[in-house]
Amino acid sequence: MTQQNSNNTTSVVLVGVGGQGILLASAIVAQAALDSGYDVKTNEIHGMAQRGGSVVAQIRYGEKIYSPLIPKGTATVLASLERVESLRYVDYLAPNGLAVVSDQIIVPTTVSSGAASYPTLDEETLRKYFPRLVYVRAVEQAAELGNARAANTILLGSLSTQLDLSLDAWEGAISKRVKPAFVDVNLKAFHLGRELAQ
Amino acid sequence: MTKQLLSGNEAIARGALEAGVTVVSGYPGTPSTEILENIGKFYGDKMFAEWAPNEKVAFETAAGASTTGARSMTTMKLVGLNVAADPLMTLAYVGVVGGFVAVVADDPGMNSSQNEQDTRLFAHFAKVPVLEPSDAAEAKAFTLAGYEISEKFGTPVILRTTTTTSHSRGVVELADPIALNRTPSFKSDPQRFVPIPAWARGMRVRLEERLEKLAEEASNSPLNRIEWNASGDRRVGIVTAGAAYQYVKEVFPEANVLKLGWQFPFPDRLFREFAAQVDQVIVIEELEDFLEEHMKALGINAIGKRLGDEKLVPNIGALDVDVLKEIRAKLVANPATAPLFDAQTAVEIAPTTELPTLPALPARPPVLCPGCPHRGFFYALKKFDVVVSGDIGCYTLGVAPPLACMDTVLCMGGGFTVAHGIDRAKNDRPVVGIVGDSTFFHSGITGLLDVAYNKGGATLVVLDNRVTAMTGHQENPGSGKTLLGEETFAADIAEIAKATGFKNVVEVNPRDLAQTTAALKTAIESPEPWLIVAKEPCPLAYRKKIEKIYRVDQDKCKKCGACVKLGCPAIERDADKTVRVNPAFCVDCKLCEQVCKFGALEEIDVKMGGLV
Ligand SMILES: Cc1ncc(C[n+]2csc(CCOP(=O)(O)OP(=O)(O)O)c2C)c(N)n1
Ligand code: SF4
Ligand code: SF4
Repeated sequence: MTQQNSNNTTSVVLVGVGGQGILLASAIVAQAALDSGYDVKTNEIHGMAQRGGSVVAQIRYGEKIYSPLIPKGTATVLASLERVESLRYVDYLAPNGLAVVSDQIIVPTTVSSGAASYPTLDEETLRKYFPRLVYVRAVEQAAELGNARAANTILLGSLSTQLDLSLDAWEGAISKRVKPAFVDVNLKAFHLGRELAQ
Repeated sequence: MTKQLLSGNEAIARGALEAGVTVVSGYPGTPSTEILENIGKFYGDKMFAEWAPNEKVAFETAAGASTTGARSMTTMKLVGLNVAADPLMTLAYVGVVGGFVAVVADDPGMNSSQNEQDTRLFAHFAKVPVLEPSDAAEAKAFTLAGYEISEKFGTPVILRTTTTTSHSRGVVELADPIALNRTPSFKSDPQRFVPIPAWARGMRVRLEERLEKLAEEASNSPLNRIEWNASGDRRVGIVTAGAAYQYVKEVFPEANVLKLGWQFPFPDRLFREFAAQVDQVIVIEELEDFLEEHMKALGINAIGKRLGDEKLVPNIGALDVDVLKEIRAKLVANPATAPLFDAQTAVEIAPTTELPTLPALPARPPVLCPGCPHRGFFYALKKFDVVVSGDIGCYTLGVAPPLACMDTVLCMGGGFTVAHGIDRAKNDRPVVGIVGDSTFFHSGITGLLDVAYNKGGATLVVLDNRVTAMTGHQENPGSGKTLLGEETFAADIAEIAKATGFKNVVEVNPRDLAQTTAALKTAIESPEPWLIVAKEPCPLAYRKKIEKIYRVDQDKCKKCGACVKLGCPAIERDADKTVRVNPAFCVDCKLCEQVCKFGALEEIDVKMGGLV
């Protein structure tokens, strides 16, 4: 029998709303995987979808990666920077995968205009869809650490517990990708995220 | 050599550097934009790179550079090639001196395009070679190969990418730029460069001869390769190209694969050789049945878009692993093709867990940003009973509720000319034609000239935010800056209009609703044509420090929802109709204050807003 390529592949899905900094988060994951010696491919949404629309970034790594796009039902982890967005991509997560969801809500204009409503999504409801869930008050906790924009890095810390990338690789990737002035707060955020997922 | 994680577009930019390209001209368009942005950012000191006003200008500029022996490149999105089609068709006849590569990025799935045209058909039509990488590493390698082919055969080459290849990152090995050491020198030779009919007829014959040689070269080229499986099982042979190759490798791991990086001129010999050695050829290509149709014409019994009466490989939208899994399932289920596959090699369909039914999720379509100057203009325009002929840019988002204020969009420049047609047909309602500033410079000026010259009566509007915003904020002739960051003359739209013969030209600030409404009223009621330039920089491109923001005074708010009709993402409304301003998003554009009759929207110091 021929070897299944997707079996050796780790897939990470990051979702959120345009402008939330998903591209930087994706670059950090990809860098950590690259520096760990893996083949890496990523995919990001550009253009029209970035004007406040729903955005998704995908990262895949392993010995040899073909498709940059993640097949449904195969992601090791899914991290969402916004509550409702986590559910939009729920079918990408593998049955045993871990979801890391920030409690942030960004009300879409379709809700404000009355065309749609924002469902009640507390931790308990989310757990029905994500049996393995880390639910984080990411923005508040990042603000407590000194910078609300480090919220994404808290989520990265949590999801890092599921991936076979060394702590050195993660810390190195954060130092390479984040502006020097913000490296410290992001490293703190990252370690907080790891603790929250334990 | 160093390895870097680059997107397909970044890799093409790097390829241009390594190939010794010295002139690049392009026009923005997703998914092609980052090629030129990266060249400008990282290699601007090594070559001349510019944003042209449109793709035709860009293409011709690069073609001109090539006549001197310099290597040149032009970049654009799929529909950009329609604009540059005229020079492309004849450059194929005339041929090139220095290597010339036109990078054209297709958009299967129409993520950010108005159609899904397949550039491979354009290459066929124009009789020029088309190369297509499958990932970022190939994107760089094929750029270099494109210059070799271009110079060896004296032909323009199209490097086609798709959204997935352009925007996916992969590991790319960097190399040093080739030292070409060329001295650009145009050698006069009218018979070679001037396609007057007498000389063009000879070019026409030589073009066909060139195509034959290219087809032979394509059959031998390392850009095309057969990957035989190790088991020696020759039942299935899959022909594929571009991003689809990656999905084939995951979903049909046991298949023999003919991977095509150079699809046209068709490598006939390779097609025949591959087909002769496998029991069944299956063609898996994104969009049109380009390869399949030709293989069938060669007499090869290929399966592709159809399997008997059933549809197999979609010709609409992008492919991915999930789509290919469905294709595989159909092949395995069909009695005619089932014997080609072993049950035990069937690709495992991802195990699914039964999830409770999802709640209805609110759609989150792209919207005009908080503080977008286009918002004020559309809000004012909505009060008039007019036909609105729109165009392509961020302002196309004005078509969505609650602004819902655009009736037609055709193509760049069409905002003015479609309006002119509606007006000259003596439509029963007045018409307003709208373009953005980049669109105006791209192909709006000719429409403006038509209206002035032929005495039209439409109201024309330029939404002038001083930047090409939709594609990610590129400079344009109105920005006062070039791609390479140099200061330059900022073209004045009102002055251009006056020079075309427009007598009625007025500038307004679209964030001032009263002023904008007054100008629209005058223009729409006038039998003469008017040009309104709605001028206000895009706040995303020209960031200002936010000192103040707005807040809803809940005591004064009557929950009437007037401010919600602006569609500002910073204005959030709960199910009980309570309205709030999200302090993290408000950029103090002052629009909501102008629409609230109860004075409930108050400006406060940003520090008082807090993050609630
Ligand atoms: C022929 C063609 N080239 C390029 C594009 C890609 N494109 C879509 S919108 C746009 C920019 C529009 O800029 P502007 O008119 O200034 O409007 P803004 O987005 O700034 O509101 C471009 C280049 C296209 N759709 N068609
Ligand atoms: S990017 Fe600029 S022009 Fe485009 S929607 Fe946002 S504010 Fe408006
Ligand atoms: S809340 Fe009001 S002032 Fe703030 S960005 Fe929206 S419309 Fe402009």
